[in-house]
Amino acid sequence: MIGGGLIYAMAGVVLFALGFYGFIVHAHLVRKLIVFNIMGSGVFLVLVGLPQRVAGTPPDRVSEALVLTGIVVAVSATAFGLALVRRLYDLTGETRLPNDPRPEP
Amino acid sequence: MIGISSAAPWIPLLILLPLMAGALSFLFGPRGHRSLLAATMTGIWFSLIRLILDFENAGLQHYPIGGWGAPLGIDLRADGLSLAMLGMTATVGSFISLYALGYFAGDENRGIRFWPLWWLLWGALNAVFLSADLFNLYVTLELLSLSAVGLVVLAGDRDSLAAGLRYLLAALAGSLAYLMGVALLYGAYGTLSLERMAGLFRPEPANTLAASLITVGLMLKTALFPLHFWLPPAHGSALAPVSALLSGLVIKASFYMLLRLWFEVFPSALTEIFTQGIGSLGAIAVFAGAWLAFHQEKLKMLIAWSTVTQVGYLFLTFPLAAASSTSAPAALSGGVYLAVSHAVAKAAVFLAAGAMLKVTDEDRIDRLEGVGRHLPISLFAFAMAGVSLMGLPPSGGFIAKWLLLNAALSSGQWWWAAVLVLGGLASAAYIFRVLRRCFLPPREYAAFHPVPLVMPLAALSLAGIALALGLAAAYPLRLLQTGAPLLLEASAPSTVAP
Repeated sequence: MIGGGLIYAMAGVVLFALGFYGFIVHAHLVRKLIVFNIMGSGVFLVLVGLPQRVAGTPPDRVSEALVLTGIVVAVSATAFGLALVRRLYDLTGETRLPNDPRPEP
Repeated sequence: MIGISSAAPWIPLLILLPLMAGALSFLFGPRGHRSLLAATMTGIWFSLIRLILDFENAGLQHYPIGGWGAPLGIDLRADGLSLAMLGMTATVGSFISLYALGYFAGDENRGIRFWPLWWLLWGALNAVFLSADLFNLYVTLELLSLSAVGLVVLAGDRDSLAAGLRYLLAALAGSLAYLMGVALLYGAYGTLSLERMAGLFRPEPANTLAASLITVGLMLKTALFPLHFWLPPAHGSALAPVSALLSGLVIKASFYMLLRLWFEVFPSALTEIFTQGIGSLGAIAVFAGAWLAFHQEKLKMLIAWSTVTQVGYLFLTFPLAAASSTSAPAALSGGVYLAVSHAVAKAAVFLAAGAMLKVTDEDRIDRLEGVGRHLPISLFAFAMAGVSLMGLPPSGGFIAKWLLLNAALSSGQWWWAAVLVLGGLASAAYIFRVLRRCFLPPREYAAFHPVPLVMPLAALSLAGIALALGLAAAYPLRLLQTGAPLLLEASAPSTVAP
């Protein structure tokens, strides 16, 4: 029987794909960082859901530890990215990378 | 019970020492950096030499952090390949550190920010090379990218900030692709250990998808064409010691992971289409990179495009090593040896260029006239390291390309041999373009600023090592091959953990 884990994992894949699309489409740097976090959440759902795809499997401690570590990494990377974006805005008044041909949404 | 060989403290020390130095360097003022550097460098070299000696006596070294061990704890591991990469990092890192003492001498403000990030980067590099599981590789690679981006934006101007952000976004996208691959593999096999995964991995569609995600993520971080777009601005706009670190060491970490994963864990998924395809991307990088390097106005951009070229060569390892079990040992040793020689030579070139630019105060190739007269040591270092980049004897680059050529001919793939030979000529073109300028007489209005002597000397030492790697190749190659990392372990399909 299919367990709840598989639904989470499949939702994770969808989030990852959506996020990847957003990553390509958006030029605004803050949007890019948000989209990066959405992709990250997708990966975490797969990481937790896939090992429990069969109903009745006990929760996997290892994958929970991995997701916690992953969240810490994602938070630090986002904070660092936001600091850089703010500095770029202060210096240039731009919220996107120079030479980016895409229009502002 | 933990055996003698698994209790070696040298493995965690190699990671802890630079991390501790990174934390301490906040406390020390600009004057303390010298003593902190001396103490930490001594500690790292002592640990590394003891680890190599232990490895020669007892073989593969393991260390479970805190005595926990996998799966909940973290296992660290050192084999011949790890030791070669650790040695590369320590050698290049030490000379760049000495150079940085001179480079930041009149610029304490940036110096204070450089040291903690550089220690963090060194710790992350050592941790990548000692990791034995897929997730620890992810965490250490992320630590590496974040500190590398921090170092890029250290230059503080708009160009480096934009380049740093572009680099950060590329690095984050690469990490997520890698982590998605890891999540799929963990879901399939319930293990993260490289050794255990190697025994379990079967090339089923879902696993091939996972391996592809991992590969694309790491290709992005190694800057293989067409995913190289972030590298030239980041490496070209950073400060000279930072460019040397990025081009020499940082991209080698993700290349190391690709080699380890494909030839230890996923060898059963290697297909001819994949290896010939990734080799073709490498060949395009070799020629397109050389063409663009030749047409740069700025010296550091030229060197950065040269790195794109050299990354292309590294990926020729894949078609050459996967073609037959007879060509595999030469191809893999050649690929790793090329990574090591390029690290040393490219760091020397960037350091020499940094001294030249400090002298002329402007990053333009046509402003280099007269540098030969004012900075003979740096120019000599640039030319000597250039010999290794071109792959001429006697240099590490020559030995590496010789091994790759042998593998190409013994596996009957003459087209890769042609890429290797013609690519060397293309590298010669852009290196001689710089040298020619430097030997012209100085213009009348040109002003030259003095630089601390440690800068040209550090560049010269690295260039000397790049040549020495060609003259004394026997020991590093033997170290690389003992402990039988990668496919050198004959054609045994897998190594299952006890």
